[in-house]
Amino acid sequence: MNLETALHPNHLALGARMVPFGGWDMPVQYSSILAEVKAVRTGAGLFDVSHMGRLYISGRRAADFLDWVLTGSASTLQIGRARYCMICNEAGGVIDDTIFYRLAGDRFLLVPNAGNRIEVVDWFQRWIDDRFTGGCNIDDQTRETGLIAVQGPDSPRILDGLCQMNDGQPLSALRFFTWAEGRFQGKTVFLGRTGYTGEDGFEMVVRSCDAPAIWNALIGQGITPCGLGARDVLRLEAALPLHGHEIDQNTSPVEAGLERFVRAEGDYIGAPVLRQQQESGTPRKLVGLTVPGRSAPRAGYPILFQGEIIGHITSGTYSPTLDTSIAMGYVLVRHAAVGGTVDVDIRGRSAPARIVPLPFYSRTSQLRTSQLRTRRSRQS
Amino acid sequence: MSPADRKYTREHEWIKVEDAATNRALVGITEYAQDQLGDVVYFDLPQAGVSVRAMQKMGEVESVKAVSDLYSPVSGQVIEVNSGLIDHPEMVNEDPFEKGWIMRVTMSDATEMDRLMSPEDYEAYIAGL
Repeated sequence: MNLETALHPNHLALGARMVPFGGWDMPVQYSSILAEVKAVRTGAGLFDVSHMGRLYISGRRAADFLDWVLTGSASTLQIGRARYCMICNEAGGVIDDTIFYRLAGDRFLLVPNAGNRIEVVDWFQRWIDDRFTGGCNIDDQTRETGLIAVQGPDSPRILDGLCQMNDGQPLSALRFFTWAEGRFQGKTVFLGRTGYTGEDGFEMVVRSCDAPAIWNALIGQGITPCGLGARDVLRLEAALPLHGHEIDQNTSPVEAGLERFVRAEGDYIGAPVLRQQQESGTPRKLVGLTVPGRSAPRAGYPILFQGEIIGHITSGTYSPTLDTSIAMGYVLVRHAAVGGTVDVDIRGRSAPARIVPLPFYSRTSQLRTSQLRTRRSRQS
Repeated sequence: MSPADRKYTREHEWIKVEDAATNRALVGITEYAQDQLGDVVYFDLPQAGVSVRAMQKMGEVESVKAVSDLYSPVSGQVIEVNSGLIDHPEMVNEDPFEKGWIMRVTMSDATEMDRLMSPEDYEAYIAGL
């Protein structure tokens, strides 16, 4: 039996198609994935991401503990800020990736993936018992709260009309990767300027009992509800990794191109292996691929060079924003250079692919491209 | 909901006889199929002139989230494919029974139609899925 978020009845009322995901029954689409992606790229989209975890880590040794289990530093993170990093095992494999927020000197909020939440809690508890006994504790508030994301260029304007920060400032004043407490039509909310779409946006932790009213107020503003299908396309266009695809327990952040989220100094789980990999390199590396046309390479498809398998696709989709097929995958490091050409075996059909810089889409470079196009068309 | 003038496969294709004298028929996928696939972005279709066999794979349809094989409801020869689907695959979402038709075939054995489901049987079949 899959878990249901506090918004489950709202999804059914909107006619969403529900699928099992990470132990939860979640909406995969409401109307059309293409329409939902477009809404987020050009307006605003609304996501129920309550299936992701909300773990509160508190105690006098909370920062020390997180420094030990995370690849990113907790003790140097300022109160009010958020950071993205990995939770690695001793071999440098990725147990999960996570965003964490520093709420106070001795208190953090950590958001693991839905399917990894139980494993992360068990892993953390094991290390608390082993090295930090009595120094901190984990409070899993996933069932008591909801997580609602509003993503897209219109999200600051829309939320400013409904929601204020407790310091009286409008929500649009919140900086990227920071958080604040606020009120949404009188209801207490925790607001982070974070997301998983490559667009500007916010993620709100709300009490489960308040989630339906907040959701309906946002729907009432005309924001497009978006499901996991659109979320996957959006994150892939922005080249954001998905655990179970680009990263897993047998993949290190170094080969996944996530070195900037791995701190160079300090002692933490996996650090010796990760440093060794940074020094001597890894046999394979994650690359971005574009395949002309609309037929997408999908997870598991072989990547070939002159007829020999050099790796496999981890995720792929048709990108409606770029109107080409895009994919990420691992290849042997000597074939990983940007600009190279390889082949992808799409169900027995060989399709030429080009290795391109990641991300495929970023809102800033997209602005530049559209300005460039305007300038060119003026010249012609 | 499924038009009465055609027959249906368990793989959610339809076939409609256009001209019984020449065994000419039109093939497509059903409303249920397009709804399950979601936004269709790509078709891999046979070329005119090739032979297809009853309930053998004739092509592929790809949506944003899934790939699905297409099966020919009957044996015969492809007369033409709907070239409009190349640039506008979304036609199959908008109008699967008419504008979104997939191929036109000459049936080699019209009695193969007898093995396919009537509209009523197909409706009962999808109601049970």
